[in-house]
Amino acid sequence: MAVLLLGEVTNGTLNRDATAKAVGAVGALGDVTVLCAGAQARAAAEEAAEIAGVAKVLVAEDARYGHRLAEPTAALIVGLAGDYDHIAAPATTDAKNVMPRVAALLDAMVISDVSKVIDADTFERPIYAGNAIQVVKSRDAKKVFTIRTASFEAAGEGGSAAVSDAAPAADPGLSAWLADEVAQSDRPELSSARRVVSGGRGLGSQESFALIEALADKLGAAVGASRAAVDSGYAPNDWQVGQTGKVVAPELYVAVGISGAIQHLAGMKDSKVIVAINKDEEAPIFQIADYGLVGDLFTVVPELTGKL
Amino acid sequence: MKILVPVKRVIDYNVKARVKADGSGVDLANVKMSMNPFDEIAVEEAIRQKEAGKAEEVIAVSIGVRQAAETLRTALAMGADRAILVVAADDVHQDIEPLAVAKILAAVAQEQGAELIIAGKQAIDNDMNATGQMLAAILGWGQATFASKLELDGGKARVTREVDGGLQTIEVGLPAVVTADLRLNEPRYASLPNIMKAKKKPLEEKTAADYGVDVSPRLEVVSVREPEGRKAGIKLGSVDELVSKLKEAGVI
Repeated sequence: MAVLLLGEVTNGTLNRDATAKAVGAVGALGDVTVLCAGAQARAAAEEAAEIAGVAKVLVAEDARYGHRLAEPTAALIVGLAGDYDHIAAPATTDAKNVMPRVAALLDAMVISDVSKVIDADTFERPIYAGNAIQVVKSRDAKKVFTIRTASFEAAGEGGSAAVSDAAPAADPGLSAWLADEVAQSDRPELSSARRVVSGGRGLGSQESFALIEALADKLGAAVGASRAAVDSGYAPNDWQVGQTGKVVAPELYVAVGISGAIQHLAGMKDSKVIVAINKDEEAPIFQIADYGLVGDLFTVVPELTGKL
Repeated sequence: MKILVPVKRVIDYNVKARVKADGSGVDLANVKMSMNPFDEIAVEEAIRQKEAGKAEEVIAVSIGVRQAAETLRTALAMGADRAILVVAADDVHQDIEPLAVAKILAAVAQEQGAELIIAGKQAIDNDMNATGQMLAAILGWGQATFASKLELDGGKARVTREVDGGLQTIEVGLPAVVTADLRLNEPRYASLPNIMKAKKKPLEEKTAADYGVDVSPRLEVVSVREPEGRKAGIKLGSVDELVSKLKEAGVI
């Protein structure tokens, strides 16, 4: 059995955490080949070759793969698919864009957000915003799936896989990149951060999020937000933690002014230690928090920041 | 230009899903059902494009059980011009997989001469996030997923997409598939007069067999269970106590 894994490469840089966790997820299925595609992808490929358990790395370095457009990337993967039984990728927005397209071109049903690999055909995945866990067995010849990386341990280092070139596929030329608007931040990336501090509707305004940011910076944490806070305009979209946002599983998750809607819990309940700070002692977030503090966040958070 | 909008009948957003005792799935009998929230956003966007003079007709399509006709009436009440129901299942518990749905939608799109398909990015029941991408693949069209902004101009769609780390703007030639993210718009409520008018709008009924599509599932559902619960911890009395507990746990 052989696995083709799409490495997460953004602007020439390998997302080491997401890729290593995906390698950890599929390692038991067979020899893992990591595909690194991008306008610049060679350095990312060299880095992927160092992940333990990677048998081979393919590089597709071409301008057409530069902005992770779905159509050329899917064509590339479909061109390589013949040699593999499993085609997988970490469930990033890029992969969620590309992999269902790959599956349809191969006449297979994609399996999204796999949280456990049971055997070569059988996978576990959350449905209904994490309110239920479904086990599915695929009848397709080739299994195409995305991996919920927060559910897996990262593969270690020390690999020395051979790196070779993949033949680029013809670009279908259906779409074109115009612009990226990427928030610049010195903070760790939300999906892979070891600590996360998130704010909710309880903050009451965009200005109050400064309290969350100050605590996060003291902890060296990434900043997250509930959907309610994002919808209210207190925090940018890409901070959203939850079923329709990012799924995180840090060592420490601090939820401030977040009531704990199921949608939000689905995105953070695998965190190792959860702290909840909320003035409403009946808030559902306290039912899953390891440590709860009932109080006014506007006094508790600055005090906590000061005492760390 | 005709815009096709697929809509799915799902458990209402405010109802908690409960796993059936036999572990075969989530209980959908006697549960309030509604239009998938992402599909409402897609319907709204199609109507706005029509109101802005960018499209002549908005056609809503639903694939599933006969009861999905209610979901289509909601789309008609919001402002879609006509609807097509493709009956593909008798049992409300049978979920038609995105691959089969995409094959049927591709056939409908070609039959109707649609130039743009606006779909919700995912259904809140199976959370697959796949139908739009699969549909674009089958039709050989371009795709712009997770849209937070859509501008139609001169045979092209300029789409801002919500991606990890921020936003990406791309241009995709028509015909194309766009999938709607949460922040594309705020869907309108259907007014009572429009609900009454919707009852008179055309709703055509077809079957999956009419389009020659086999809807038997590729993924056999082995079991469905509740997620492992997480036990509530302890409530602390002060920030000092919290700091010392976090130190004990070794996380700070």
